This record gives sequence, structure tokens and C-alpha cells, in this order.
Amino acid sequence: MVDPRLSIVNKRLAKVEKIIAVSSGKGGVGKSLLASTLALILSRRGQRVGLLDLDFTSPSTHVILNIEGLRPEEKEGIIPPRAHRMKYMSIIYYSGDEPTPLRGEDMSNAIIELFAITRWGALDFLVIDMPPGIGDATLDMIRLIEKIDFLIVTTPSKLAFETVNKLMRLLKDLRMPVIGIIENMKMEESNFIREKAGEHNIPYLGEIRFDRQLEASIGDVDKLLRTEFAQNLREIVSNRLRPRPRGRQTR
Amino acid sequence: MHEWALAEAVNSAAVEVGEKEGLKEITELNIRIGGLQQIDLEIFEFALSHLRAPMLKNAKINLKSEEAELKCRACGHRWSFSPKDLCQDVSESIHFIPEVAHTYLKCSECGSPDFEIVRGRGVWIESIKGVR
Repeated sequence: MVDPRLSIVNKRLAKVEKIIAVSSGKGGVGKSLLASTLALILSRRGQRVGLLDLDFTSPSTHVILNIEGLRPEEKEGIIPPRAHRMKYMSIIYYSGDEPTPLRGEDMSNAIIELFAITRWGALDFLVIDMPPGIGDATLDMIRLIEKIDFLIVTTPSKLAFETVNKLMRLLKDLRMPVIGIIENMKMEESNFIREKAGEHNIPYLGEIRFDRQLEASIGDVDKLLRTEFAQNLREIVSNRLRPRPRGRQTR
Repeated sequence: MHEWALAEAVNSAAVEVGEKEGLKEITELNIRIGGLQQIDLEIFEFALSHLRAPMLKNAKINLKSEEAELKCRACGHRWSFSPKDLCQDVSESIHFIPEVAHTYLKCSECGSPDFEIVRGRGVWIESIKGVR
């Protein structure tokens, strides 16, 4: 028995230059906000960007970006609709606001299905908002997506880092490409995360200060892009995630 | 037209298997299609015949439908999936991503959404015959 979907996944991504999985071992560290804002920053810089919310049981990027009433076009598969100058894909097109409780095998099947039928076309960046942890979604990205790069998000908390550390070890053991680690919600000076990243030979990309205005910007993209959070992230993108000119190898 | 995307996947996977097995030509392709995804067999067959790679040019393609069976993990109740009672939006959503069945379907005995798709989920290549 052969699952035919597996042979088409990377062909569907053939014209995507760089695929960034925004990941963390821990929930609540700001992955979805970071993935959404990263996608917005890149698209405002004229890059061709796609954003995929892979957090199937708890999708939230549509709330951050205030996306409602869109539906993919059906054309020999599905074509993600455009929102805020980027292609946007989420399970919410099919599950709406209803709870979608999925066990591991179902989660994995839904991920494969989505990658097998979605026609992203040509993109400079596909940003993936990953669910937390090192479960099915992470293992499927490692197993299935040839061009994947991981971007790790943590907070300064030792509790967050405890699980992020496991993600870093897994990625390192499997020799997966890691762009680096971003320290989010930084409140006090500390070198803890920077030093730990160094121990793993993972680039410390920078810190994002805890931003009290961030919550009020959810659902308002222009306001979100004016926050200190977005400004900090923009600096990290400029310094460490500089988009390459089109047509060049990015890895 | 989800059928085209899946037909493309079948074509690509069949060629991959054929090349791996050192086949010059695939003569027979047996495909199993689960009922949960509600594939339009006519469109799927048409897409497949349109997309077929040179290696599959003369292949006999056999499609076998399989009824979708669900089993509740909470109470053990088993039932067959039928799209008849579903509204079009729900049926279409399950067509695209069969796992959103967990969003809309519940066990008729205990109401749990925690069920297993025992069989009949999607498209599988059951077997391939060819000449070396």
C-alpha cells in the first residue's frame, strides 16, 4: 500500500524559496504573533509570502490578522486566498470556529493532506506557525518537507527553555537546519538564553522586549506593525533574516 | 476539483514506485478510494487518464471504492459514514480535509467526537504491476 500524497508534497513546494517553521517546545511564547508579524514584515518588503497556520487544534493567526469570510479557490487542488498581500492558509476555512479535536494520526493525515493539495505557487517565503512541542507536526515537517528551516521562539523563562531545549536537541540530533533562536517577552537583562543557544551552536538572533501594547493590536494589522514588538522583530529580520534577491539559492 | 490534485499525486507516486522497482512500463494500477473523502470517481478517473505519465500510458487502472467506517474511542460504537445527512458546506469541508470530520461528526451513541477512522479515509495505491 502506498500513500500517493507523500510523493507530491515537495513538488507542491518546488517554487517556494524558503520555508520557515516558527517553532517552540512550549505554548504561549508568542509563536503565532511572531509568525504572523514575520510574514507581514516580509510581505511589506515586497517579498512573495505565504503564511500557513499548522496549529490545527488551536489556530489563532486568523484572529491576529483579522481574517474572515475567505475561502480557498478550487482549481486542481486548492489555491490559498490572499490576505494582507500574502497567501494565507488555515484549517479554519474548513472547521470554522468549531473545536477540532485531533489525535496524532489524524493530525498527521490532515497535515499531509493540506500539503498535498495546496498550490502555493511561487513564493520567496512560506512561514509556518507550528503547534507547540515536538509532536506530530514537528516530526512531519522533519519527515516530509525537504526545504524546511526551523526558527525557534522562547521566552526568558527557565520553564519555557526546558522544553525549547528538547526541541533544539531533537533538531540538532537530526541535523535539521535551524535559522536561530529568538528570545521573546524579554523583561530583564539576562544572558541565560544567549548562553544556552551558544552551547547548542544555534545562532541567537535577538530579543523582543515585552510589549504591553501588543494585546491591543490583535486584529489590527497596521497597529500590530507599529508596536515595539514588530519593531524589534523588524530589526532581527534586517540583521539576521535578510531576504535574498529572487532566483538565488537561499540555503 | 480536489480530485485533480489527488490524481496528480497517484500519478507521481506510481511513477516513483515504477522507477524504484526498475519497471519499463506499468501495466496495472490498483487504487483504493475511501468513502469519507467523497471523491467523484468520474472526475478522478478523467483526471488520472489526462495526467498519466508515459510509464503509465497503457496501464489498466482499477478503482475500488471502500465504505468509510468509524469507531468511537469512548464507547466502541461502530458506524458507516454517510454524507447524505450533511449540509453541503460540511460535506465539502470533509472532502478537502477528511479529518475535519472530527469537527462535525459525533458518535451517534454517546456524542463523542473522539472516533477512529477505521477504514475508508482517502486514496491509496494498493498494488502496481509492470514489466521490467
